[in-house]
Amino acid sequence: MLGFTSYYFGRKKAYTIQSTNKRLTALPQFYGYYLAIWCAIPAFIIYSLWAIFEPTIVKLLILSDYANQGYLDDELNLIYEKTKALSRGQFTGEVTSLIQTSSEKYLNLRSIAQSSKVVIVLCIIIASVAYAYKRISSNNRTREPVEKFFNAVLFTASLAAILTTVGIVFSLIFQTIDFFKVIPLFDFVFGTHWYPAKAFVRDSSEALDPTMYSDTFGAVPIFAGTFFIAFIAMCVAIPIGLMSGIYLAEYASYKVRQYAKPLIEILAGIPTVVYGFFAALTVGPFLKDIGTAMGLEVSAESALAAGGVMGIMIIPFISSLSDDVITSVPQSLRDGSYAMGATKSETIKKVIFPAALPGIVGSILLGVSRAIGETMIVVMASGLAANLTLNPLESTSTITAQIVVILIGDQAFGDPKTQAAFALGMSLFIVTLCLNIVALRVVKKYREKYE
Amino acid sequence: MRKNGVNMIKISAKNVDVFYGKKQALFNINLDIEENQVTALIGPSGCGKSTFLRCLNRMNDVIDICKVQGEIVINDFNINDKGCDVVRLREKIGMVFQKPNPFPKTLYENISYGPTIHGMAQSKQEMDEIVETSLKKAALWEEVKDRLHEPGTGLSGGQQQRLCIARAISVQPEVILMDEPCSALDPIATAQIEELIDELKKEHTIIIVTHSMAQAARVSQRTGFFHLGELIEHGSTDKIFKNPDNTKTQDYITGRFG
Repeated sequence: MLGFTSYYFGRKKAYTIQSTNKRLTALPQFYGYYLAIWCAIPAFIIYSLWAIFEPTIVKLLILSDYANQGYLDDELNLIYEKTKALSRGQFTGEVTSLIQTSSEKYLNLRSIAQSSKVVIVLCIIIASVAYAYKRISSNNRTREPVEKFFNAVLFTASLAAILTTVGIVFSLIFQTIDFFKVIPLFDFVFGTHWYPAKAFVRDSSEALDPTMYSDTFGAVPIFAGTFFIAFIAMCVAIPIGLMSGIYLAEYASYKVRQYAKPLIEILAGIPTVVYGFFAALTVGPFLKDIGTAMGLEVSAESALAAGGVMGIMIIPFISSLSDDVITSVPQSLRDGSYAMGATKSETIKKVIFPAALPGIVGSILLGVSRAIGETMIVVMASGLAANLTLNPLESTSTITAQIVVILIGDQAFGDPKTQAAFALGMSLFIVTLCLNIVALRVVKKYREKYE
Repeated sequence: MRKNGVNMIKISAKNVDVFYGKKQALFNINLDIEENQVTALIGPSGCGKSTFLRCLNRMNDVIDICKVQGEIVINDFNINDKGCDVVRLREKIGMVFQKPNPFPKTLYENISYGPTIHGMAQSKQEMDEIVETSLKKAALWEEVKDRLHEPGTGLSGGQQQRLCIARAISVQPEVILMDEPCSALDPIATAQIEELIDELKKEHTIIIVTHSMAQAARVSQRTGFFHLGELIEHGSTDKIFKNPDNTKTQDYITGRFG
């Protein structure tokens, strides 16, 4: 609010200067922004610093009363916590006079802090605005600082995104390293028994004994399950997605395309949870009924149901991306092929498809990495038992589903079972990262070719 | 086939009208194309010469809103008849485009594309021969014979255009349509293509659309002048350039408009 006011004043002063026939070095708005920035930034910095240091200072002040009375650090902390609780009216224990007095002091300090904070921040706003206001004159440059400020804001935003990513990756790495201190890497990568519940029933004194976990964290079944389900999904998604993409790009008339494309893209907007219960409650039992009618044993939670529904989920990606790459194949190539006497399907098969292939491969890889990372559908529809099987009618489990299983309910940090989730997450991350890098490379290479 | 003076008539267009949607692009075109001659179509941009060219191999079919009326008779057969097989027609009538458009395949595959579609080679050997003769006829063989299996898009612009010509002649068409084949090329590559056109007319009938009057004068024996969708005048190139009947043609040739 103050920022807006100062923007207004800054601009007004600039107009005034302008009206006195002096030439300004920047547009009046820049003077407004300049003032607004001066108004907001110093005050914001002070306010944040205050918010960070206030609790510490208050704590120090309160506890300084008891500093020399022979309390231990832990006891002092306890006193402080009790004080805080009482002053919020949430204290349920016995109220001693000590806590009573310190609580009153606490409230007192807080109210002083509150009001002084307001006063100081206001002072700083006024001071800095006054300083900036004085500096506004016809030959004072305001464009550069304002531009620098916007630059800095945008930079901070992207930095925040990057740092978050880096932070997540590092936490993954460290937890994974901890996990592999207990479970040998070899057992994890090549073991064929995944049974984390076994680690849970152990007594906590045994928790750090590596022999307890042999044959518990063998990730082969869930890696196999992951790729198996992704494979089923792609078996559904690639042909249908690709063919609908080709239809939209080459055959569909403008009108059909106008309606069909958004309709297909609606598929991409359905939440995966919805796909999940569609798979679990509709497709799964349906497959089971059919299977039983044919004399096959079908589990109600089968890899086929999960993979199939996941494939449907991925169709719009592949269809829409391959539609885009096919549309961007130059018309001159089509003309060249038609002029040779090729029919439409020959042209598509022999000229357009090869020309668009890198882009199509890219879209498929992006689809695969989505299939591997998909969680909800698998959790709901494919079961949680990590069977090592290639029978699509049995239930299998995937990396993502196992992470969910591990982290649902109570868990303790530092427990190999919890850390197993990080190890799984890490492997998932590596796989999808590689896929994405390859996919983006391929797509980029394709783009360069027709520029 | 009719005769017209010395030369046989290869293509004969009668009362051709072309519409893009409601807009009429060509008005009542009547034009005879002589066999084994180069016919140049000249005229200002948007005058319909490319549209007319694309009528001759029914390339306008590709454009949804385009409608062609009238008769175009090639070898005593009206190609606008319902019974006309477009695939056979385009086998007989090749086309080279304004911008070189080699397929993103190897040189070899670029040439073998047409013969494969039309089932012209029974063995790998025959296909090798077709590729070699086509490239030789397009005066490209010497430059590329050692890299037939590299992508066609890696050639220079002039080479790419000669590759497209080689691709067009690989199916031994009777007629080759050229839509401003040199407009994207430098003068040296242009000279090579023009030389090539002169060579090709021994075996093929060539129709070339060009914006360069000098080019039309250099390569063609017959010229047709289009203006605003009408064929204003046509005849021997000599006559059109030296002694045109129509003042519009005169103005265009001498550079007074267009």
